[in-house]
Amino acid sequence: MSRLLDWQLATVTAIRPETPHVKTFTLRLPQWTAHRAGQHYDLRLTAPDGYQAERSYSVASPPEQTGEIELTVELIAEGEVSGYLFDGVAVGDQLEVRGPIGGYFVWPAGPPDAPLLLVAGGSGVVPLMAMLRHRQRTGLRNLAVLLFSVRTPEEVIYRQELEALAAADPSFTLLLTYTRQAPPGWAGYRRRLDAAMLAEAVAHLPGPPQCYVCGPTGLVESAATLLQAQGLPDAAIRTERFGPTGG
Amino acid sequence: MPFINKGFHAKRPTDGAHKLPPGQYETPDFPVLTAGPTPRIPLVNWEFRLEGLVENPVKWSWNEFSALPMQSFNPDIHCVTKWSKFDTKWRGVSLDTLLEHVQLKPEAKFVMAFSYGGYTTNLPLADLRNGQAFIGLEYDGKPLAPEHGGPARLVVPHLYFWKSAKWMQGLRFMAENEPGFWEDNGYSMRGDPWKEERYRSDDPDAPDEAHFRL
Repeated sequence: MSRLLDWQLATVTAIRPETPHVKTFTLRLPQWTAHRAGQHYDLRLTAPDGYQAERSYSVASPPEQTGEIELTVELIAEGEVSGYLFDGVAVGDQLEVRGPIGGYFVWPAGPPDAPLLLVAGGSGVVPLMAMLRHRQRTGLRNLAVLLFSVRTPEEVIYRQELEALAAADPSFTLLLTYTRQAPPGWAGYRRRLDAAMLAEAVAHLPGPPQCYVCGPTGLVESAATLLQAQGLPDAAIRTERFGPTGG
Repeated sequence: MPFINKGFHAKRPTDGAHKLPPGQYETPDFPVLTAGPTPRIPLVNWEFRLEGLVENPVKWSWNEFSALPMQSFNPDIHCVTKWSKFDTKWRGVSLDTLLEHVQLKPEAKFVMAFSYGGYTTNLPLADLRNGQAFIGLEYDGKPLAPEHGGPARLVVPHLYFWKSAKWMQGLRFMAENEPGFWEDNGYSMRGDPWKEERYRSDDPDAPDEAHFRL
């Protein structure tokens, strides 16, 4: 057994609401190890009768935030694990986790100064946020776009931080699209991801980008296919499905 | 004394007709997980190969392959991302049927499944024999959809589902075990869900430095 992938008892040091159905849990780890932006941890709950449930959660914090990780969790209807995390866990409680895990959906995977296109649907933004935070902390100014599809304004996870980042960093462009309801006076996109939207996102960048797509299956499948159709090579399009499967 | 999360209890019944491997939960969905875009393979260009440590490599066109004897399979499947799905309904060609068409060299002990789009996954040959594996061509009475690995997907239900390679192009027989795509990215070389072999460091023979691949 490798030591670093053993289960460890983390302590919850902060719980922050992001949206009505999303919270970020900060966990202090006794055996912290630097992750790569995009990796996840497994979290395990154990009942008194020995029943165990496990789920994977992407790390939202950058590796520069040492000694702890932030996991951003979406409350799933009837979710066994997310329901317990939302209602049964308080600051000071302990949770079993192991990680970091996953070696493919990570940034950077090539030259870190290559243009970066991030495409998110809903809580699929979480691993992409780790990439943006890592990029900011390392001072990289490669041109980067986040195309973020949400249903309603109240569901924009990390809204303040993303808007502040876009305002402070001219090399980063935030493109939001609201698929059900846009805020009053909204002049931006208000439709599902489509070819024109992805072409405009790519046009913000000086050359072929490295692409990371994360969200529900339908969005990931369609965005990846549309990016292929833009002429991007398959190897430049990394995908991860994210979202409710019952957890 | 194992750690207990106070107040945590199973929300779903855990004593049904089907058994869940440790850490898994049942989903009625059929989630789609891939590392990149879904390849679309025109059937006129499709072919399936058995190669490597065989006396004579074999190649089928789509028309030849889909004319092989098919069977129904109704396995429970288990994904390393924690979901399991019971009673999936497939039709396909048993690996036992395919293996009747080649004479393997005696040193063939492992298999690399390779796919359109470049995906690979490694398996012990013994895990593909004796009714344990098939190439699925139909799911729920319809041709297998591209996002689920169509036109043809390897299905090895007793191992985690990443071993069930989508968009199959062929099998290469090998003497030594070599890591495929996810295995090279830190996942288990065998992936037995009942032993919870999720990651390389869960393998019985994992080297101490296994975590460096993650």
